[in-house]
Amino acid sequence: MEKTDRPLPAWPQEPGRVPYWVYTDGRVYERELARIFNGPTWSYVGLECEIPEPGNYKRTVLGEQSVLVVRGKDGQIRVLANRCAHRGVELCQSDSGKVQDFMCPYHQWVYDLEGRLRGVPFKRGVQGKGGMPETFRTDSVSLGRLAVHVRGGAIFASMAEDPPPFEAYLGTAILGFYDRVFDGRPLRLLGYLRQKIGGNWKLMLENIKDPYHASLLHVFFVTFGLFRVDNPSRVIMDDTKLHTALASRRGRQELNDGTSQMKSFNAKLSLSGPELLDVQKEFAGDETVVMHTIWPNLILQQQSNTLACRQIVPCGPDAFELHWTFFGYESDSDEMTERRLRQANLMGPGGLVSMDDGEIVARIQDGIRAAPQGDAGIVEMGGLGTEIETDHMVTEVAIRAFYEGYRKVMDL
Amino acid sequence: MNAPTPQEVLDRIYLDYADAIDGGSLAGWPEFFTEEGVYRIISKENHDRNLPLSLMYCKGMGMLKDRAHASESLNVYAPRTWRHLISNMRVREEDGRVMASANFAVLETIAGKPTQLLVAGRYVDRVQCEDRIRLKHRLVIYDTGLVPGSIVFPI
Repeated sequence: MEKTDRPLPAWPQEPGRVPYWVYTDGRVYERELARIFNGPTWSYVGLECEIPEPGNYKRTVLGEQSVLVVRGKDGQIRVLANRCAHRGVELCQSDSGKVQDFMCPYHQWVYDLEGRLRGVPFKRGVQGKGGMPETFRTDSVSLGRLAVHVRGGAIFASMAEDPPPFEAYLGTAILGFYDRVFDGRPLRLLGYLRQKIGGNWKLMLENIKDPYHASLLHVFFVTFGLFRVDNPSRVIMDDTKLHTALASRRGRQELNDGTSQMKSFNAKLSLSGPELLDVQKEFAGDETVVMHTIWPNLILQQQSNTLACRQIVPCGPDAFELHWTFFGYESDSDEMTERRLRQANLMGPGGLVSMDDGEIVARIQDGIRAAPQGDAGIVEMGGLGTEIETDHMVTEVAIRAFYEGYRKVMDL
Repeated sequence: MNAPTPQEVLDRIYLDYADAIDGGSLAGWPEFFTEEGVYRIISKENHDRNLPLSLMYCKGMGMLKDRAHASESLNVYAPRTWRHLISNMRVREEDGRVMASANFAVLETIAGKPTQLLVAGRYVDRVQCEDRIRLKHRLVIYDTGLVPGSIVFPI
């Protein structure tokens, strides 16, 4: 429950408005943790290729909770609370590793890879004194265990005891896009980037649901036609309107009805190192970029040949961490791996494109931090509708639709 | 021309280099590298685990120039000042190759905000000393597990 009885402000009556308090109010954030991150959702926690062998683990965060993603001796993947059942010590402090079991350093309680308590020192006491009471049963204690679903090499976990089936949760259309990238080929881990951005976590999702900005803010994208309003494009959502896929085709560097309206378009700009955008077609169909937002914490990025999962970790209403995991396929040639690594220059905290997004998200938070309670953002590009299929990019439909879904979950 | 002294090498690839970036113009930054020069910023985590992903990766003068141009003119970010702090500089010769290393920290001041420690780490370099002193290969290995915000310039 909320920490104060003071009611949240009412949602604006006017359509196409998102109130700024949704990004700044601590009570909204508390409700988000309870209903979304600790509720019946599937949060991305990692890739199978990060923990290829039994005993491999990675430490990550679900909502604000530290969790371990572990491959057991049976090859199964489990997600465990990274918190000793005894006194709450964080069990693992490394981001990854390989272990036989997990031992808490404080009193040396030992857990197996499935999270079951296996050993308690001095359980029967020492020289007949002390020890745990007879009623204490080792086998009744385990680390918190979360629901897990693995599909196409990506791992999701849920705090809910009975989460919805993953495939139904994504819906047919989004699942189709998901399977296009996670098509069953074994993945190859290329590396991590991690940054903390001083904005509300939803702003990051909205940034990826908003194709309108990409044509204006990102000079790099615009000039080289990687993602632009005048390219043939689609905005697709599931029935809950919380997941989105933006799909588009790369265009040419030409002056036309779209580019002539973009201040950032520069027909003369050329790359001194054109190998940066030496893109190779690798997926079926004409689309060269699909940006997925998988509710609540994953941005799945396929821009040309750069593939990454961007995991959103909320840190209060006004900041979040973004954990980027770049990958390719095990079957990639050395040339393809090199191409992915070159194109990664577009992405991450120093990305030729993504740098702009991180900066803008923080700048929104700076702008709205002390906004009067009635103030709201205008989200009217492309009309006032929230339809789940749109055949162009000159629209903020996915943000409007997102808030339709969000308000239901949040009861706002 | 005589081979440069170790001090001349260190002055060029660390002190002049840092002054060029901190001075607010990146136009001269590619000139610190050879024509085929490689520049990579990689996290210590990726480096230690043999993961190839870089935060910035330029191979050759073309990509170096593109990065300098983008950082200076294309990207959108809050105005800021950087100060590189460089210490523990070393240079040595190994099988006829000149290798150098140094520790670095970057202090970042975004207009109107307190100064923050942006990243800390280590340069590991291969240097060409013929003709003039230039970097053949610069590896910028940063320790920072969570970058506060963005890295808008080369380190």
